[in-house]
Amino acid sequence: MSTVAVQQGTKWWSGGRSPFNASYGKVMMWYFLMSDAFTFGAFLISYGTIRFSVNFWADPNHVFNSFPFAGHANLPLAFVSLMTFILIASSVTMVLAVHEGHKMNKKGVEKYMILTIIGGFAFLGCQAWEWTHLLTGEHVALLNDGTLSILPTTVKSNPWGAELSKEAIAAALQNTPNSQLSAIAASLHHNTSGVAHHDMSAMSNQELIKMIQTAGLQASHTGPIAFGGYFFGITGFHGFHVLSGVFINVIMYIKTKLGHFEQRGHYEMIEKAGLYWHFVDLVWVFVFLCFYLI
Amino acid sequence: MSSSIETSTEITFHPEHASGTKKISSTFCVLSLLTIIELGLGFFLYAKHGHLGAISVLTTKVVIVILTIAKAYYIVSVFMHLGDEVRNLIMTIIVPLCLFIWFIIAFLWDGNSWKTLRNRYNGTPKIEKVTSPAVLEKGKKN
Repeated sequence: MSTVAVQQGTKWWSGGRSPFNASYGKVMMWYFLMSDAFTFGAFLISYGTIRFSVNFWADPNHVFNSFPFAGHANLPLAFVSLMTFILIASSVTMVLAVHEGHKMNKKGVEKYMILTIIGGFAFLGCQAWEWTHLLTGEHVALLNDGTLSILPTTVKSNPWGAELSKEAIAAALQNTPNSQLSAIAASLHHNTSGVAHHDMSAMSNQELIKMIQTAGLQASHTGPIAFGGYFFGITGFHGFHVLSGVFINVIMYIKTKLGHFEQRGHYEMIEKAGLYWHFVDLVWVFVFLCFYLI
Repeated sequence: MSSSIETSTEITFHPEHASGTKKISSTFCVLSLLTIIELGLGFFLYAKHGHLGAISVLTTKVVIVILTIAKAYYIVSVFMHLGDEVRNLIMTIIVPLCLFIWFIIAFLWDGNSWKTLRNRYNGTPKIEKVTSPAVLEKGKKN
């Protein structure tokens, strides 16, 4: 590499050379990422504003405490740490691909691009699992009409309010209609097995209440509705960035494989794709902070 | 190998990139370590939930935020090679981002002010959309 040592005090602005010493494409990628940082920043700050404006917010250790194939074990932070390490690892393989590109090593670039793409898909798979888990999760919450009902976490419902006391649950169960009671009883027995759902619909309210209380029902108030919208909105927007990043990386892999960059004489496109990919990792660092850690 | 990028008028010199993977792996270690410390503090908050004063919770959270900013610095400066670019480019990225200082302070302040005003004029602090009296009692603690 013919490195021209740059003198201290080079006159960058006197014409004849780019003041930024970088290609147009790379400079514009940086500005795109800067504007994208403001978009994500605005979303996260909006989330923070709403969170600061209410008296109660869902405890992330309570909401995100499950792990695939671990059943109902209480594992706060575990799954999201896995997702974080997947993304950091794929960032490392990306920077290694850029590094191999500088050395004009086509095989090396291909190898690390493949690893980066696998990391991207692994992250998306984790996110898909987490979304499914929240959207289909069954949590019993106290509705405004004073009855208990099963609620999933969606943009319209948030079952993660303050926990109800035993007495409050007992009082609310008395108000709850038979259909909701049998649904709650069925969900409690879903894990332990036992009486089938159709048997429960024939049971009286008092029988169902007794059954629910012996199963040790835990219920809470509904939480701020904004929680689901912000969580799915921001992690969804980030996930969409990851998805488009994976597409870009696949295209870069194909172009490497076809020898386009070798013919061009440099692997700068890998660098630009890498900038985008690292940015996706960077945003995750903040999403991880705002939604899961604090 | 002759490359068009080296003859491009846009590039006067190339920063020394291909200096080995040592810096990459050490940065990976730093990022992992910072993440593990963050997780440790997260677990600390979880384990001590309800037993810590507001000041200690806030301090722990501030430490987590500082560690996150350190992670962001390493990703941007090493992985994205912003540290290797010329000062002019670095400044056009960093200076506009300083708006975030105002942005975060102003909006979180605003959110907090909403809470204070609502609690003051609505009397008892309310948990959103909850009507039963037992809840209002509980809401006072929050």
